[in-house]
Amino acid sequence: MSTLAVLLRKEFKQIFRNKAILAISFVAPVVQFLVLPLAANFEIKNINLAIVDNDRSGTSQKLVSQITGSGFFKLVDYSSSFKQAYHLIETDKADLILEVPTGLERNLIRENSEKVFIAVNAINGTKAVIGGNYLNAIIAETNKNILTELIPGVNLNQGIDLATNYWFNPKLNYKIAIIPGILAVLVTMIGGFLSALNIVKEKESGTIEQINVTPIRKIDFILGKLIPFWILAMVVFTIGLTLAYFIYDIVPQGNLLVLYSFIAVYLLAVLGFGLLISTYCNTQQEAMFLAFFFVMIFILMGGLFTSIDSMPEWAKMITKINPVNYMINVMRLVVLKGSGFRDILPDFIVVLIMAFVLNGWAVLNYRKTN
Amino acid sequence: MNNTSGFSVVRNQLFSFVRKEFYHVLRDKKVLLILFGMPIVQVLLFGFVLSNEVKDTRIIVIDVARDEASRQLITKLGASRYFQIDHISTNESEIEPTFRKGKIKAAIVFPVNFQQELQHGNQAQIQIVTDGTDVNAANTINGYIMSIIQDFSLESNPLQKMPYRIVPEVRMLYNPQLLGAPNFVPGVMAMVLMLVCVMMTAVAIVKEKEMGTMEVLLVSPMRPLLVIISKAVPYLLLSFVNLSIIILLSVYVLDVPVKGSVLLLMSLSTLFIITCLSLGILISIQTDSQQAAMFASLIGMLLPTIMLSGFMFPIENMPWPLQLISNIAPSRWYYIIVKDVMIKGADFSSVWKETLILITMTIALLAISMKKFKIRLA
Amino acid sequence: MKTYLFHFHEMESANSNILSIQTEKLTKRFGDFTAVNAITLDVKKGEIFGFLGANGAGKTTAMRMLCGLSTPTAGKAVIAGYDVYKGTEQIKKRIGYMSQKFSLYEDLTILENVSFFGGIYGMSSAQLKSKSEALITQLGLENETKKLVGSLPLGWKQKLAFSVAVLHQPEIVFLDEPTGGVDPVTRRQFWDLIYDASDAGITVFVTTHYLDEAEYCNRISIMVDGSIAALDTPSNLKKKFSTESMDDVFYELARGAKRSGD
Repeated sequence: MSTLAVLLRKEFKQIFRNKAILAISFVAPVVQFLVLPLAANFEIKNINLAIVDNDRSGTSQKLVSQITGSGFFKLVDYSSSFKQAYHLIETDKADLILEVPTGLERNLIRENSEKVFIAVNAINGTKAVIGGNYLNAIIAETNKNILTELIPGVNLNQGIDLATNYWFNPKLNYKIAIIPGILAVLVTMIGGFLSALNIVKEKESGTIEQINVTPIRKIDFILGKLIPFWILAMVVFTIGLTLAYFIYDIVPQGNLLVLYSFIAVYLLAVLGFGLLISTYCNTQQEAMFLAFFFVMIFILMGGLFTSIDSMPEWAKMITKINPVNYMINVMRLVVLKGSGFRDILPDFIVVLIMAFVLNGWAVLNYRKTN
Repeated sequence: MNNTSGFSVVRNQLFSFVRKEFYHVLRDKKVLLILFGMPIVQVLLFGFVLSNEVKDTRIIVIDVARDEASRQLITKLGASRYFQIDHISTNESEIEPTFRKGKIKAAIVFPVNFQQELQHGNQAQIQIVTDGTDVNAANTINGYIMSIIQDFSLESNPLQKMPYRIVPEVRMLYNPQLLGAPNFVPGVMAMVLMLVCVMMTAVAIVKEKEMGTMEVLLVSPMRPLLVIISKAVPYLLLSFVNLSIIILLSVYVLDVPVKGSVLLLMSLSTLFIITCLSLGILISIQTDSQQAAMFASLIGMLLPTIMLSGFMFPIENMPWPLQLISNIAPSRWYYIIVKDVMIKGADFSSVWKETLILITMTIALLAISMKKFKIRLA
Repeated sequence: MKTYLFHFHEMESANSNILSIQTEKLTKRFGDFTAVNAITLDVKKGEIFGFLGANGAGKTTAMRMLCGLSTPTAGKAVIAGYDVYKGTEQIKKRIGYMSQKFSLYEDLTILENVSFFGGIYGMSSAQLKSKSEALITQLGLENETKKLVGSLPLGWKQKLAFSVAVLHQPEIVFLDEPTGGVDPVTRRQFWDLIYDASDAGITVFVTTHYLDEAEYCNRISIMVDGSIAALDTPSNLKKKFSTESMDDVFYELARGAKRSGD
């Protein structure tokens, strides 16, 4: 049997006996996969609204019922005291306050316009802007209704009408958007962490000395570490895709062959990175932290939770050497948009180069003789 | 032997154990670097790099009309800092392959008789086609496009100003500039403290178990639980330093001051640190290898709590079983405490409930740890 | 069980002129600190050579250089006919090694460890099969074959590690404190194994603290503060220092040592 085959046989035996690895590779991702899309819902709804109504007129009533009827807001308080409403914001029971001034109805007719006041808890900026937008839209709608009532036959259909069309994800379903990305992140974590710990564990237990004293070639040793985890990660990825299909009805729009060929190369890069870290560390603690540090930065900057376009120029430079970035991009392109091999070719080439560089570096770094 | 000397013996034992633990921790330079480097990097990342802002987003325009009005609107769109017009074409079928390449996020389509329809007082329909694969971005991009077009609409057609207008005036509380920082600084604090306290403590204790030196410690005259606790003490102090670094960065680099009482913030943070340490201790008792400890704390604990703490994703949108689970995540309560005290400037009366919950959790965790520990020793 | 109190190990005269290990002023420095200071020694093929010294004297460092695990700072060495600077991979094909710290895979069974290490040295499945069977019979481990190595008691682990080290019939086997922490009966059994290996023509280079074991070797050297303070047969050394036991020889040499303990 060739040296490599002997190595692989040993690695696989060890992996299957290691409950921790099996749990992490299979159980944890499945759980994450099920839980995260449920949790990762950026949709803004059920916004808690406190209304301070100082007018109590027909108009204010119309406004209130339009707002509560919209389904975006949950009315948590209806009073005449701003102080009361503000206390609700302080205690996080309300996100927004709408204050209707005294004489709303009267002033609308007399002065042609009147202000209403909205106070928004803006700690979460996105939520605040979107909540404010919804409220604005509802107020505009109420306005239209009032106008139609007061001026029968008024032509509201003037000017520009906007029709929005969302492609690839018409209902703006967050799950569809985020799941391919989550899968990418999960596979990255498994690949990166497990490979980083593996060589270090042998260093810590001393078995690496026994290996160093044998005629094993460096490259065989590294390959022997790389291949089992590569296979493991591919399996997890496949399980993930299958789950995505059965649970979330996500059907990859593009060619599976294209997708898998990219994943194959991407995993080589990620595993190479883990191995590289492993060659620099002597304890599992060190390897673990170093791996976590980098993997976390890569994932945060990968374009899944925030978009890359909004980053400053220098940060965009960094994303060019971030493998996760390419993975998330390709996942979106192939799974959601059905892009073909031509479209992902630039990404493919970059990741291929990364795989060579990282693994090569790891092999060079690993010394049998010190 | 009288009681006072008995106490001082224990005190000295404890002190020498804690000192030894400090040596362990401080000598591992690489780990130390990451311990302190990570929060700094995270704060900087979130502060300067990650945001949901829309800026220079590439869009294309399909202008079939090619009249004065459409050109004006296109100029206005291009002038805005939100967008960058990649190119203008007249062929609608270009949209799909362009989207497939991934660089363009939206396309705006003008109908043939754009100007004419507007001038005759009819409706002219503009179509906005947005790439829906990044839902966040899609929503925001769409919103901005709409508001630009609506502005244009009002400017060019003053007759649009109808009577009986209700005009909303909006005031943004606590964060008028809509910075990302006030939202994430509390989250980063929760995450970093959890990471250091839970994972590092668990791994450090398990390492001693793995190496076999734990038995030596347990055989010493010091009470076993004190041995374990003394391992956690250095991380308590390190977390404190981390906490201070994050707060300092937040105040001086990100311009997010501590509106409430710093003392209150620090003391409640210390409580949270102790809660996390207890969790770390429990994990270390239950696991037997460093790998298992790391994975239990990282993937088993850290990730779900980040997801369910309310920092990244709003809790109220989650299905109720998840909301239930999020209740037992200590980070969820700490996040609220930090937001209230640091960003809103609230005082203890607003956070007493969350504080009580954290205290209960800590006591429960320590009680369970003690029980499990005794089972293991027996 | 054979008794070895006064065993004189005889070497085949044909082999007595071939040198398995040859060093000349071999040195290892770490910065300012000289761990191994210009040691010169020869080990004949088939010999059992005892490498003694106090803790910190430099034994393990020297051994690691001879195994190709560490590059010397200066000096020369030829192991199994190959140069220690240029031919490390060739050397590794021809040697076996048993480290002080147990380094077989605790999460694999006996058979799995054997077939792994045997496979790495290029043994075929047929060879492995017969060798593993012989090994298990020799060690009396018939009932433990399915067990994970980690669950074996220390003595059996050590014997197993030795057997794996000589599995591929190396020219030389390096043993670093192989009997540390083991009971006297097991120690004797271990030395049975060493003699079997030596009878089969394998050169044994062994370091040890147990000075009675020094008596079992053909020749021994004693390292003090990184240099070789004595190199001869046990009986010659006892005569030279006019002592009855190796303990006393050792004491005479080592008490002036500046370095002690790790």
